[in-house]
Amino acid sequence: MFELLGIPPQALFGQLLLGLINGSFYALLSLGLAVIFGLLNIINFAHGALYMMGAFVAWMLLNYLGIGYWPALILAPLAVGIFGMVIERLMIARLYHLDHLYGLLLTFGLALIIQGLFRNEYGISGLPYQIPTQLAGGQNLGFMFLPNYRAWVVVASLLVCFGTWFMIEKTRLGALLRAATENPALVGAFGINVPRLITLTYGFGVALAAFAGVLAAPIYSVNPNMGADLIIVVFAVVVIGGMGSILGSIVTGFGLGLVEGLTRVFYPEGSAVVIFVIMAIVLLVKPAGLFGRAA
Amino acid sequence: MTFSRFALPLGALLLAGAAHAQDIRIGVLNDRSGIYADLAGQGSVVAAQMAVEDFGAEEKGINVSIVSADHQNRPDVASTIARQWYDEQGVDVIVDVPTSSAALAVSDITREKNRIFLDSGAGTTELTGEQCSPNTIHWTYDTYALANGTGGAMVEQGGTSWFFITADYAFGHSLEEETIAVVEAAGGEVLGTVRHPFPGTDFSSFLLQAQSSGADVIGLANAGGDTINTVKQAAEFGITQAGQDLAGLLIFITDIHALGLETAQGLVLTEAFYWDLNDDTRAWSQRFAERHGGAMPTMVHAGVYSSVLHYLKAVEATGTKEAEAVMAEMKATPTEDPLFGKGEVRADGRKIHDMYLFRVKSPDQSEGPWDYYETIATIPAERAFRPMEEGGCPLVE
Repeated sequence: MFELLGIPPQALFGQLLLGLINGSFYALLSLGLAVIFGLLNIINFAHGALYMMGAFVAWMLLNYLGIGYWPALILAPLAVGIFGMVIERLMIARLYHLDHLYGLLLTFGLALIIQGLFRNEYGISGLPYQIPTQLAGGQNLGFMFLPNYRAWVVVASLLVCFGTWFMIEKTRLGALLRAATENPALVGAFGINVPRLITLTYGFGVALAAFAGVLAAPIYSVNPNMGADLIIVVFAVVVIGGMGSILGSIVTGFGLGLVEGLTRVFYPEGSAVVIFVIMAIVLLVKPAGLFGRAA
Repeated sequence: MTFSRFALPLGALLLAGAAHAQDIRIGVLNDRSGIYADLAGQGSVVAAQMAVEDFGAEEKGINVSIVSADHQNRPDVASTIARQWYDEQGVDVIVDVPTSSAALAVSDITREKNRIFLDSGAGTTELTGEQCSPNTIHWTYDTYALANGTGGAMVEQGGTSWFFITADYAFGHSLEEETIAVVEAAGGEVLGTVRHPFPGTDFSSFLLQAQSSGADVIGLANAGGDTINTVKQAAEFGITQAGQDLAGLLIFITDIHALGLETAQGLVLTEAFYWDLNDDTRAWSQRFAERHGGAMPTMVHAGVYSSVLHYLKAVEATGTKEAEAVMAEMKATPTEDPLFGKGEVRADGRKIHDMYLFRVKSPDQSEGPWDYYETIATIPAERAFRPMEEGGCPLVE
């Protein structure tokens, strides 16, 4: 059997597959950020907290109401999305005419408050959430044991990412959204309710985060800090992909998952920083990001 | 009637003297918001209060007050609070302090201010090794005791080849190093190690490397959320089902609670205390849980209780709170309490007691909430901790 840089190919395939799985989370989360930034010009620092809320809502549905994983996959994003829309209406909407920085500060503050409240109520160790029985177990692929649930995560993430891209780039609704951000006054003159459109968009971006949270609940620990740990990496993904670029966030999300996976094999100590190294290089060479248009 | 005429003023005099000398202020310094908030946090304050009440401080004329603060697991924050407590708030003794770097900082300041530090939450053996202090007692556990318990006992049970998944910072490295020494001394071998960034989220990649090594035992030299996620993902990737054992080198009952038995079953770990050991521990833990939102105590909470109790006994016996006298008394008198039974404080400041090797029960074996452990082995106090002469503590001749 041949070896690649001292690593047997089986191990390499396994690690690439794992990278793809992590990439699914990066892609889903950075997609939500890109949608919100691209269409609302808000740097949504509360994204990690809303992702965490998605996981917690799934946990609450199960433990307080006996509602399982599959309904939660729809209900939790819906609930968190509505929560997001309320926040948008009550607070974020007041900041659209100000600099980006104000939106960033507000959402950062919101993230701290949400995390603090959950920490007070549920502690820090995290809560158990089991993998749904239909997806328990896994397949032996020869080079690795692939848990069914992880395969589902990749499929679900790809479907949602593609659907979102299609909706924004290829449908009339998406065209309206893009037009509304280019020139809200003109679109409003055609009889479109622009503020409502924007609220719904924010709600949708937030729902994507919550969806990722529900997907993550069975494999990562459901704890108040789960979003805070991930959000910095996701921001790096968005910057590399190009702020606000839908396609960019999806492709870089999966791509960086792969790069990180490879680093874990060849130089595990560096796997936490590799994404930031790439970010620094991209910012130097192509400041608008790989898929971004220069402002 | 001559007797009472004498006794009354004498009693009053003694009481007045006691009240004057014994105004004690205890500072519970720990993590109240981060990764160690559940295993220490408010529970340690509850444990300290229970110690004061069970000791009957008020009836004995000792007026105890308790203050608490969040050190956020940062040595700089811990130092600032410790100084402030000693200089401005008249704190006599600081207890708990998880996170090794913070504990070492507090130990230094305590020595400088000549007060007393009773550590329960931290793991580093440095506290009773080269950086030992005449003002510090390390109460509950240390990384040596954990490595020794889990490493030694696993090899004895046939887990001879090991692979380590290690958190890439000082704590993880030293835990890994200590366990490797124990494993090799017991006749086992180490097939490999992998270092993961701290803190991490996804461990599947490292678990796969551990799996392909074919080792009998995968040692987890990490802590808190990292350990939880590693165990969770090991179950997901079918690693324990395929016959490899997972050994948690620093894992607490609150972590098992978070994991759930379905995921954590079969995990082997070492602790100094478990609520369901005997009638005494059950009774105490029940009282604790009633005051702490239903959560059972961790060994860190138990250590805070036990250390505060022993400290108050020493204050009563010496009639002073002067550090040197109280420390001498605490080291001279054997410890005894309902949680750890009999024990002693060694010259290097190490408090020793039995340690226990537990295996996490399966959901079928568990009879109710918090019924998590079965005892595999009891490691007697004299073998559980690092021998005094190996620590390099200058206090030991």
